Amino acid sequence: MGIFGRLSDWLKNIFGKRHVRIGIYGPPNAGKTTLANRIAQDWAGGLVGEVSEIPHETRKVQKKGGIVIKDGKSSLRIDIVDTPGIATKVDFHEFMEYGLDEEEAKRRAKEATEGVIEAIKWLDNIDGVILLMDSTKNPFTQVNITILGNLEARELPVIIAANKIDLDGSTPATLKSAFPQHEVIPISALTGANIDLLYKAMLRKFKRR
Amino acid sequence: MASVNFISRAKLEGLDSEEKLDFILNEVKKGQILVLEKGLTAEEQAKLIEMTMKKINEKFAGIEMESYVNEKPTFLERIFGRKKVRLTIIGPADKIKTIYKDKDIIKAVIK
Ligand SMILES: Nc1nc2c(ncn2[C@@H]2O[C@H](COP(=O)(O)OP(=O)(O)OP(=O)(O)O)[C@@H](O)[C@H]2O)c(=O)[nH]1
Ligand SMILES: [Mg+2]
Repeated sequence: MGIFGRLSDWLKNIFGKRHVRIGIYGPPNAGKTTLANRIAQDWAGGLVGEVSEIPHETRKVQKKGGIVIKDGKSSLRIDIVDTPGIATKVDFHEFMEYGLDEEEAKRRAKEATEGVIEAIKWLDNIDGVILLMDSTKNPFTQVNITILGNLEARELPVIIAANKIDLDGSTPATLKSAFPQHEVIPISALTGANIDLLYKAMLRKFKRR
Repeated sequence: MASVNFISRAKLEGLDSEEKLDFILNEVKKGQILVLEKGLTAEEQAKLIEMTMKKINEKFAGIEMESYVNEKPTFLERIFGRKKVRLTIIGPADKIKTIYKDKDIIKAVIK
């Protein structure tokens, strides 16, 4: 963050307007933007970003403010920060399999690597995280382990959301047993299944302490 | 043919974080596969991913890295700020592929 960003954060802090910033993190294609869009639609209106079956669709951090989540008397005002998927490798050939031409694929790969760096850097600017995993996939990946380790080291509150429970082959129970020390909420960002449970968990976890 | 280098705890403990990550990435870029007796902290893992991203090009697609899930630090580890970091395997993404992984087992094939 530049000096102006920091100054404006400081001013907002003084005037008490700095909202709780919640980052949505996870590997590419987990459904982060789908979830960010759903949260925005449910509590603010509008969308956060583009969704695609091609990995690394989000290559820049995108934010949406003015989101107020309510449950009875309890409410939580947050900014949602949708981050680029984090990966240890980016191979442009993979994008060509989705029909991109070579030049486009290489450009996407370059932007994707920059997006990964930006996502990691943003760990220093957020107050809490929804770590989104694809519940049809093995949860024991390095990306999941590295993100979680960094959240633990920074003592950031985290909710793990096991996404895509609408799909055959989804095993959210595997995810629960993989990370027993964390709260795991099975959801479908696409259909909205269990999304109310996620909102309740967010109110509990992310209320300013 | 790929070679696998087993790097002792002592070798890496002589280096600071930056030297350590430079060493690892240089070896991996040369095509080496490393098995670290003592793995990286979560912060080092994130830093290594950032450094890897800067090096990715048409010939180098990045790394494959596998370590175990972090265990919750014990009370004493918290107090002394020492975190358990367990064995880690790191190699070029085009040479090594994880085929199975759970809490206690990492199964990888080398191409
Ligand atoms: N079946 C199913 N598909 C989903 C769900 N959530 C997202 N998807 C699909 O998964 C694909 C990726 O969704 P995105 O929201 O773009 O994923 P992302 O995590 O933002 O991906 P990157 O920006 O590339 O890191 C799209 O085809 C979505 O329609 C879900 O709950 N169920
Ligand atoms: Mg996205």
